[in-house]
Amino acid sequence: MTKNLRVKSSEYIDETNRISFKFNGKTYHGFKGDTLASALLANNVHLVGRSFKYHRPRGIMTSGSEEPNAIVQVNPGTNRTEPNVRATEVEIYEGLEASSQNCWPSVEFDIGGINNFLSPFFPAGFYYKTFMWPASFWEKYEFFIRHSAGLGKSPTSSDPDIYDHRNIHCDVLVVGAGLSGILAAKNAAKNNFKTLLVDEKNELGGSTIYENNEFNKIDNKAPSEWLKKEIEELKNIKNLEIKTRTSVAAYHQYNYLLAKENLTDHIEAKDKTNKIRQRLLKIRAKKVILATGALERPLIFNNNDRPGIMLSSAIKKYSEFYGVACGSKNVFFTNNDSAYESALSLYNKGINVEAIVDIREQSESKIVKKVKEADIKVYWSHSIVDTAGYKRLNSISIMKLSNDGTSVTGSKISISCDCLGVAGGWTPAVHLYTQSGNKLKFDEEKQIFLPNQNSSKQISIGSCCGDFKIDEIIKNLNLKLKDNLNIKETDLDNIKVEIDQENSKRNIWLLPSDKPLGKTKPFVDYQNDATAKDIKLALREGFRSIEHVKRYTTTGMGTDQGKLGNMHALGIIADTADVKMGELGTTTFRPPYTPLTFGTIVGRNVGKFFDIFRRTPMNDWHVENKAEFENVGQWKRAWYYPINGETMHQAVQRESKAARESAGILDASTLGKIDIQGSDASEFLNRVYTNAWSKLAIGKCRYGLMLNEDGMVYDDGVTTRLDENHYIMTTTTGGAANVLGKLEDYLQTEWPELDVYLTSVTDHYATASLCGPNSKKILKKIIPDLDLSDENFPHMSFKDTKIGNIKCRIMRISFTGEHSYEINVQASYGKDLWEKCIEAGKEFNITPYGTETMHLLRAEKGFIIVGQDTDGTMTPIDLQMDWIVSKKKYDFIGKRSLYRSDTMREDRKQLVGLLTDDPNIVLEEGAQIVSELNQSPVEMLGHVTSSYFSPNLNKSIALAVVRGGKDMMGKQLFVPMENKNINVTVANPVFYDEKNERLNA
Amino acid sequence: MFLINCPYCGERDQQEFKAGGEAHIERPKQPTELSDDEWAEYLFMRKNIKGVQFERWNHAHGCRKWFNMVRDTSNDEIKAIYKMGEKPPAQ
Ligand SMILES: [Zn+2]
Repeated sequence: MTKNLRVKSSEYIDETNRISFKFNGKTYHGFKGDTLASALLANNVHLVGRSFKYHRPRGIMTSGSEEPNAIVQVNPGTNRTEPNVRATEVEIYEGLEASSQNCWPSVEFDIGGINNFLSPFFPAGFYYKTFMWPASFWEKYEFFIRHSAGLGKSPTSSDPDIYDHRNIHCDVLVVGAGLSGILAAKNAAKNNFKTLLVDEKNELGGSTIYENNEFNKIDNKAPSEWLKKEIEELKNIKNLEIKTRTSVAAYHQYNYLLAKENLTDHIEAKDKTNKIRQRLLKIRAKKVILATGALERPLIFNNNDRPGIMLSSAIKKYSEFYGVACGSKNVFFTNNDSAYESALSLYNKGINVEAIVDIREQSESKIVKKVKEADIKVYWSHSIVDTAGYKRLNSISIMKLSNDGTSVTGSKISISCDCLGVAGGWTPAVHLYTQSGNKLKFDEEKQIFLPNQNSSKQISIGSCCGDFKIDEIIKNLNLKLKDNLNIKETDLDNIKVEIDQENSKRNIWLLPSDKPLGKTKPFVDYQNDATAKDIKLALREGFRSIEHVKRYTTTGMGTDQGKLGNMHALGIIADTADVKMGELGTTTFRPPYTPLTFGTIVGRNVGKFFDIFRRTPMNDWHVENKAEFENVGQWKRAWYYPINGETMHQAVQRESKAARESAGILDASTLGKIDIQGSDASEFLNRVYTNAWSKLAIGKCRYGLMLNEDGMVYDDGVTTRLDENHYIMTTTTGGAANVLGKLEDYLQTEWPELDVYLTSVTDHYATASLCGPNSKKILKKIIPDLDLSDENFPHMSFKDTKIGNIKCRIMRISFTGEHSYEINVQASYGKDLWEKCIEAGKEFNITPYGTETMHLLRAEKGFIIVGQDTDGTMTPIDLQMDWIVSKKKYDFIGKRSLYRSDTMREDRKQLVGLLTDDPNIVLEEGAQIVSELNQSPVEMLGHVTSSYFSPNLNKSIALAVVRGGKDMMGKQLFVPMENKNINVTVANPVFYDEKNERLNA
Repeated sequence: MFLINCPYCGERDQQEFKAGGEAHIERPKQPTELSDDEWAEYLFMRKNIKGVQFERWNHAHGCRKWFNMVRDTSNDEIKAIYKMGEKPPAQ
């Protein structure tokens, strides 16, 4: 069976470099330059996979990125494994392993193949119709679908490769390095445009590079020879960067394109180490020249999907470029002349071409004559009505086609063959063009969709805009280049081109069989197993929009996005519904054109570079002292400091007690800090906070609540007046950036008349918060000269002072209810300050505490945390913080909204305290609160927002928002949990030291 | 991904900018004089046009300046960019 089908030495295949690789566990040999597909074909392996729904055996169909069938898992079982890779794009290397997907247990014997025989039960919309009922069964269905669909396996260990991103700015980007792309890039670069030429293949030249039609000539040379000379010249041109193995995946607005550059996928594993595997190119081009070429269309006929049935152009490429014959008894089936080139390519190498079946009545081109001279039998006006061979094509049956092309007549002729090349004409690859947002037009004569416009920023040239013959390609691209790049002359002006002039083509979207459509299998979308029958069924069931038919039948929804079959689907819909293709429109081509790996998309942003971490200047101390950390926004904050194997609960209880009984210290450096200066600073604060600021004396601090314009609490914090026109505002850790943005917005857009300057100084200062009854003694040890008496330095005031030579700002403010100081120093002194405090506090058993203890201590005092006890629907009134809302001020952000009928409702959710009847039960944050247990449906009154076991009160405490809670003091409510109902009583949210006596303790 | 011509910095990638909703909605000078409906009109009602729309944008990762943009939301074509306080161009 491993007969070698290598037929000629090719300049693109290095036959001195023999490579062994494994496919489905079996070892094969190929040569350097082979793709997995060409190497398999050289070993006479066509069967490479199973289809998605019916599990029909499928073979290699194409030679490029449009491949629907030959989808393989590369290097299975390794950490470099990759699913859904097209065998036509994998360049082989020593040690490569690949396996078929979508088949179990093996491609030769596939259990799902039974679906093929059950296919009458798998009509269009089968999944929608069957698996939607009963809904509770969905999980079981999903398991079944996923298991048998087998869309490859993702690696289970981390990716060993490196990926990269690169920004490229260029004058001209040329996409596609075929004949037209090369000529465009060359002329652009020669005219001083900084040019980038990219192509998804590893060789330049597109299909012209192996063009074999002897009747086509450029400057009296074979086009392939002529183009090789042009490619050689590219090397000496400045301003030109060429990237091969680079496919443009997405074309976004404003000429922003994303391309994947493949760097190591074609080399051996041992050479991949420490190299970048793939690079995402983010290209911003002043002009984009699309030269993306055209894709050959298959023909849609009964059983057109057997292994051995391929695109005619692919057979030609395998023969001319890779030196591989795809079969030993070949037949072609065509509606145009290009199959004749493929047939001659094989014939000239001594490969048997049995016949050409042509649906046209005749063709007079030179190449057809040449085929006739070669004594290859041509069946004019014939169509294939059936094919045979389960795992490999072994024969076809043909019949005479009626004049109108809708039926077949006469007797059936059977032709034995092992390879069939189908040629249904060419479809311009307009995917990137449409991604850029432009519209297509339908060319009735050529039966293709074409770009509808060129602009100064984008042109399409070559076969992707419908120019298929070399003479028209060169003529038209020359005109477009001169116009678009504004150049007077090019080296294309005097080129002589001869071509084989014949364009006759007969387009029949769905070819008839002698059997009715219901008994045939004409596949339109190979990867998703959608047949012409499915499309017609969708139309019968009332679907009209092409987008709906696509989703219902899944046509074009595979990983190949239906690159081969979409046109036929449209054609069949147009014919059946009797509308014009142009009016029907086409489905949207979405990025990516070919799949991207996650690695390429994320680039370097993996591991610790996945997101930015912000660490405080004291971070090293926390790490050395075994703190557990919590993520707060991008900050890593010390969460708690367990000692001697304490649990989190034990540590937090210890820290909380220590802070109230003697002294605690918290790293508060992450609080947002905004420096506010300007002659209108006081007025500005009046407008952004709910309370009044004009009368705040220099050196005093005040707590402020900031609302959104809708009246809902947005942020809070303490602001200190440093000088007449100078304040420092603190914000919540998570809100810092947004608060600054919001304040800037008001200043720039609503109140430009105010003389106010805002500067974020969050990172400039490190803050240690010293709290507890002994905090004063500790501070005194550090700054002996500072008078800490309540008269000189009362609660809510500020001192600008020095610790030794280091300047510091100290605010006597408290978030715990204890006597406490927030000491701010320049960030670089943060760790020194911290260590000094710890040292000075030793005799008082100073205890570092983290965010969890901070939360507990403030909850004991009923202080809110914006974002935990509020959720964007709480007004200050809801929070029972009426005291902070100025009645006198004419206006502030959000004031008017506090008087809307909705915000004034009495039954809004309001913040209350909750005490559990059993003081040892700690409520779950987020738990629902009800007043009736036997109601159905039960009415939810609110939920628990903060909940802790308080070591200082020796009982469980909670904050909650409860509808109408303000008037429920002392009322019994319930928190229903999965296994029990917890009795709770509404209480004052200030659980500890209600009279604030400890602040001055 | 648009290319936006910041009036203070020049052309920059859209990544550097933040969209800020409809432009030319002025905060009422005397909110307390407004009825609930009038205040709601300012607070909640936005046009969200398919077609030419006047918008606010902020060069958040650049100069941090706010400015106005006229954009066709159906094809994302930027028709004009002008500073805060400047009159919108005639359409
Ligand atoms: Zn700017």
